[in-house]
Amino acid sequence: MAFNYDQYLRLEKMPTLWCWGCGDGVILKAFIRAIEKMGVNQDDVCVVSGIGCSGRFSSYVDFNTVHTTHGRTVAFATGIKMMHPDKIVVCVAGDGDALAIGGNHTIHGARRNIDITLIIINNFIYGLTNSQTSPTTPQGMWTVTQKVGNIDPTFDACALGIASGASFVARETMLDPKKLEKIFVKAMEHRGFSFLDILSNCHINLGRKNKMVSAMDNLNWIDSITMPVKKYNELPEEERLNILPTGILKEDTKVREYCDMYQDIIDAHQGKRSNITQDDFEKKI
Amino acid sequence: MADTREVISSGNHLAALAAADAGCRFMGGYPITPSSEVIEQMSDLLPKRGGSCIQMEDEIAAVAAAIGAGMAGHRTLTATSGPGISLKAENLGLAQMCEVPLVVVNVMRGGPSTGLPTRVSQGDVRQAKNPSHGDYRSITLCAGNLAECYTETVRAFNLADRFMQPVFVLLDETIGHMHGKAILPTEEAVKAAIVPRKQFTGAPSDYHPYECEHDQPAVLNPMFTGYRYHFTGLHHDKNGFPTEEIETCRKLIQRLEDKVMLHTDELELNEEFMLDDMTGEEGEVLIIAYGSVSLAAKESIRHLRAAGIKAGLFRPLTLWPSPEKSIRKYTDMIKNVLCVELNIRQYTEEVERVSSRLDIQGLFKVNGRPISPHEIVSKVKEVF
Repeated sequence: MAFNYDQYLRLEKMPTLWCWGCGDGVILKAFIRAIEKMGVNQDDVCVVSGIGCSGRFSSYVDFNTVHTTHGRTVAFATGIKMMHPDKIVVCVAGDGDALAIGGNHTIHGARRNIDITLIIINNFIYGLTNSQTSPTTPQGMWTVTQKVGNIDPTFDACALGIASGASFVARETMLDPKKLEKIFVKAMEHRGFSFLDILSNCHINLGRKNKMVSAMDNLNWIDSITMPVKKYNELPEEERLNILPTGILKEDTKVREYCDMYQDIIDAHQGKRSNITQDDFEKKI
Repeated sequence: MADTREVISSGNHLAALAAADAGCRFMGGYPITPSSEVIEQMSDLLPKRGGSCIQMEDEIAAVAAAIGAGMAGHRTLTATSGPGISLKAENLGLAQMCEVPLVVVNVMRGGPSTGLPTRVSQGDVRQAKNPSHGDYRSITLCAGNLAECYTETVRAFNLADRFMQPVFVLLDETIGHMHGKAILPTEEAVKAAIVPRKQFTGAPSDYHPYECEHDQPAVLNPMFTGYRYHFTGLHHDKNGFPTEEIETCRKLIQRLEDKVMLHTDELELNEEFMLDDMTGEEGEVLIIAYGSVSLAAKESIRHLRAAGIKAGLFRPLTLWPSPEKSIRKYTDMIKNVLCVELNIRQYTEEVERVSSRLDIQGLFKVNGRPISPHEIVSKVKEVF
């Protein structure tokens, strides 16, 4: 039987404002299936989004939802999570949202390893504002702000996530909705900061002048630049340059989650444990 | 049992204690002179009481985290100084638009820009009125002595929940770092006077958080309690969802105006010092001052009266919205009016607007130093 999404959708908000063929809907559906699979109550989930096409994600799904300012999702979510460590808090952000204007919050949310799942819908362009360069726009591509070709070096989002200290880092694409669903379940079940770089298409604003005017053209391009991490690791170094590995790139279940650590602060202040010292941590510098 | 207590503390510490006593359970902060003692104190007080205090990565994140906790349903605080308010401005606008209660303590220092970080100023009074773009009404309180750093912060939390919006508490470097005795209400008395935000208790299907009377704030139930709705900084409908419907947009913004401006009686609080014997006769002097400056103003009034000049002080504790009728009552009666501020004309312009008078005298100081009683006495003698 086909999966029934109705329970989780705000049907009166349909149709979405996303363009025909946009990957955001595929990602949204995979997210809903993941929630269903986990068997959690809708009341126990909070979805926080930023600004951009992905910002509208939160208004279409029937959870506790917050549409915040540009780039600040993780910061708002931190306040919510700190007060409700037992709830599922998910951030949905675009590449401009999470990696440009909100880069600082992405870094420090990951560093704290607070139990938030950050879904970056990465379509390599500013879509809602019509084709401006984003931190993931490949060099040499056309954008409306660099019409003779983009010279800005690109961000490897997952490398940033790993370097910042996120304990779960993965990349998938909207080409494989089953894999997406699985990675969402894994990320939300992981206790710690889960950093997800989800590649999606924007044939309208990325594709229109970069020879990918149809959704399929854009998807074929995403397919051509990605490869499962196991296969990627077998490639000789020089062949890795233009490939983005997909799958789980980091999974550390030993490092402690921030709200759990904050409980130590509360306990120390309330005399239930001694003060926290360097001996409490394996990594001392 | 006594209903007051004596403490020896500083303005910043008293603001923190007030927040904790008033039921604040979350603070998002970032270090900035001269307000850092607030987060330093809260980092002890909140976990002791089971709450959380987090030093975020920047001022923007600090207020965002605080608003997040407020959206979740908790009393929440951020504290900073002028440069921090400049950074927080966008998210303060979101809190105004979403109607999320929040208390913002601003310990003012010299500006603009980095200004005079360790010196006193009242340069953020105009900023407090409209820190962010768009139409809304700021509620701004201003403490004039140590005890008021406590009582005004408590009042701010109750007003934030009543009006469902951020409330500013302005301290300044002088009063924030002033150390001394303060007589405070007991924690029990503060707790007994807490009026928590309204909640809807009917069926979730009947709940419309932004469907309210034209002059009333939104009713926002806590998160994770079965009432699922939406927060957005976009113009929104009765359930919080984005809309561009003409009449809904107009009503929303008009309501943000009217929920405050039609209820200014609930906000107004003034001190009238040595004004009760004023009759409007020639030679009387009205001084208008607020915050730490009012301490010098009071002292100057004692000297002026000893010298035979009948002077009195009008001091608003709620700066915004301004106490229009009360200001007008005295500016209509008394000819000689002197505004004293640690900025250039920021509140004087409001007094001019309210009084429709352009002969208001001013004593303005912007070099980072407090105003002395002597300077006020000299100015009165010079201009009147």
